[in-house]
Amino acid sequence: MDYNNLPKDKFVFAKREGKIADKKLDTKPVGYLRDAWRRFRKNKSSVAAAVIILILFLFALIVPLVSPYKVDDRDGYYKMVLPKSELFSWLGWDGCKEQRESQAGYDYYNSIGQEYGSSAVKEIRKTEKDSHTGRMLYTLYVDSYEKVGFTYVDVTKEEYDALKDYQNRTGIQVIYPMPANYKTNFVAVTNGANLWYRLADETDKSAGETKNHDENGNPIYEADYLMKKNLTYGQYDSLRMDIPGDGEGGLHVVYAVKNQTGYHLRVLYKEYYNFVNGHYATHVFGTNQHGQDIFLCLAFGARLSFLLAICVSIINLFIGVIYGSVEGYYGGATDLIMERITDILDGVPFIIVATLFQMHLAKKVGPVPALLFAFVLTGWIGIASRVRTQFYRFKNQEYVLAARTLGASDKRLIFRHIFPNAIGTIITGTVLIIPSVVYSESMLTYLGIVNLETSGMTSVGTMLSNGQTYMSTDPHILLFPALFISLLMIAFNLFGNGLRDAFNPSLRGADE
Amino acid sequence: MLKYVIKRILLMFVTFFVIATMCFILVKLLPLPNAKAQGRDYNLVLERREKMGYNKPILTQYVIYWKNVFSFGSGDSKGWTPDLGLGEQMYISQNVYDVIKEKLPYTIVVNLYSIMIAIPLGLLFGIYAALRKNKWQDHVVSTAVMLVVSVPSYVYAFLVQYFMCYKTRWFPLTVASRETATLFSFEMFKSMLPAIFSLCFGTIAVLTRFTRAELSEVLTGDYLLLARTKGLTKNQAITRHAMRNAMVPIFPQILGEFIGILSGSLIIEGIFGIPGIGKLYITSINLRDYNFFMALTFFYTLISLVAGLVTDLSYGFIDPRIKMGAR
Repeated sequence: MDYNNLPKDKFVFAKREGKIADKKLDTKPVGYLRDAWRRFRKNKSSVAAAVIILILFLFALIVPLVSPYKVDDRDGYYKMVLPKSELFSWLGWDGCKEQRESQAGYDYYNSIGQEYGSSAVKEIRKTEKDSHTGRMLYTLYVDSYEKVGFTYVDVTKEEYDALKDYQNRTGIQVIYPMPANYKTNFVAVTNGANLWYRLADETDKSAGETKNHDENGNPIYEADYLMKKNLTYGQYDSLRMDIPGDGEGGLHVVYAVKNQTGYHLRVLYKEYYNFVNGHYATHVFGTNQHGQDIFLCLAFGARLSFLLAICVSIINLFIGVIYGSVEGYYGGATDLIMERITDILDGVPFIIVATLFQMHLAKKVGPVPALLFAFVLTGWIGIASRVRTQFYRFKNQEYVLAARTLGASDKRLIFRHIFPNAIGTIITGTVLIIPSVVYSESMLTYLGIVNLETSGMTSVGTMLSNGQTYMSTDPHILLFPALFISLLMIAFNLFGNGLRDAFNPSLRGADE
Repeated sequence: MLKYVIKRILLMFVTFFVIATMCFILVKLLPLPNAKAQGRDYNLVLERREKMGYNKPILTQYVIYWKNVFSFGSGDSKGWTPDLGLGEQMYISQNVYDVIKEKLPYTIVVNLYSIMIAIPLGLLFGIYAALRKNKWQDHVVSTAVMLVVSVPSYVYAFLVQYFMCYKTRWFPLTVASRETATLFSFEMFKSMLPAIFSLCFGTIAVLTRFTRAELSEVLTGDYLLLARTKGLTKNQAITRHAMRNAMVPIFPQILGEFIGILSGSLIIEGIFGIPGIGKLYITSINLRDYNFFMALTFFYTLISLVAGLVTDLSYGFIDPRIKMGAR
């Protein structure tokens, strides 16, 4: 065909009738935030991190509400007990620990609980003979809760009556007879409540060891030892309670001794704990050296950290945005002076700021507000400089000039036209303040620069520094706070990375 | 260029003096520790304080302080020993400067070892990840870096101490004492290793991430394509063209780290019992020894300012294309 000379009749008018207009878009426009959200959801690791953060948040929020323990509950007997969870006991999360013991140690741990048909030794993992001394060495699996066994307590008359009443009602024995004229074979343990039964054979005390064991090395306990030796007052009747000199006298086992304020009792601590607190002790993360529940302390520490971090990031957001906007928008001499101020504030190392604030303010407003001020004093600089950069980039663009020509005020130009460009970096920056505050706070409390314990609070850093002391013997005190803070940091960094990518429009469609 | 450098240095000193003045005044506003405490001679403490000028107005004290610092030949006149005051609560009546001088080498040596391990490893991992970008090797390295960067350094210290010191007993629990080992002896090095490990994990990760980001950006450049086109092998192109350009931002980073080692790590020093200035600083806070606190505050401030300045300026020295101070 000859394209140069097309005949006229081949041409047809397109749409001679009707208007010609652009086709209306069928699809919905995707806004900046919606787009960011869509791309954030695609990033699997960031979503996982967000879920972890949410779980940690909920942990901090809910645990103090539902936990049967209190932060200032300091149980003198359940000190440094190991993590125990009824749900996960099959995972080895059962509050037991392997430990190596001599014969005497084995006898001691084994005897705890014999009285009520149990034992602190859950399993004998290994027995061996020490080649030098010829003594037996046991590798035992010991329950750290049962290890407490019996204790002596002093109660008032009312408590004693309630306790007796409780025993009769439930049939659970709490009060156990008092060993009279009690002597022990074990040099190390002379005064504990845990040696009701003696070994059947009396041997010399000095060796600290008894010889009466069966062929497997198990100690042979004698139930009626005291009766045989005529050391107590008669029949062992677990639910019958008498006080010496109170009744038939001389014929009964001693269950309580009267003293000035009330009664001196020997109780099975496990059941006594249940009587006092209404539940058995099960510490999911164990307890620390003061007998505080680590699970709850951690939740409280996390609460404090989160609260502080969120407050700091919100305040810093406000200060940073306003400061950065003013700096970036006006520029010139204003910028120069304000930059010098940030230079100076930025030049002081944070630890010094925190220390000075603690020294000056902690007594007046309390350590936490003092810490908050320290974080606020220099924390906004990062956001301010981000905002400032964005302003320098956008303030001379045509659309801003156009808006100014149309008479928009400075305020409107700043917040309506320029500021939204910086939203992405600001949100990312604000979110990333949270882990840095949590980290700094844990560091300052760890180092003891900020001391929260005096005001009855706890923090992750304090728990870490407490745990470090007992690292060799009870690593669980350290493990959980360290795990918590590591998990939090990893999750927040992943989350922050995801946010940064999602808010960066230039990456749009890069991975698709 | 020179003009710009001088201007920046002068500005830095102005900033430093403003901060120093603020800190001095804030510290001097604090109440002094109780003179009656700890069974010391009450009158002696008061007399010493009077002699050290504690009862003068704060600004007078400030002037005296700087005069002492810059007075030559004070002390036992072995050259210039700045008089930073005497220890009041700890190292009583010892010159603060002497104590710091004695402690500083430990901090520097530990950090120097750690950075000497960290730099080559960090660069190596970073280059490897950049060259294998978006392959599984890169993903492994990047994920590891992500995890290592996030976890706080003291958690590494706990892990290292628990597994390498308690469980396996490869290393002693704390750093060898000064009486038994000199600073550069093997025994000292061995006992410092746990601390060095805990310090270098984070640095390695940061360097790896930075190197990977910079190098992979450089690798996409057109001039690298040209280098390959004109016949260079891949290795030649990477070492002669890509690495040199990637080093422009990496080197200042390393330089900054190098100066930063002076300030050390407060937590790691505490955990491993390194007798460095970080520990000294914490003790000075807990015991409220203001002379030590002030001297160390000035020291830390100066270090952070110098590190920032050197990092900034080094860009201009490394890359002639960057003109410092140009509008």
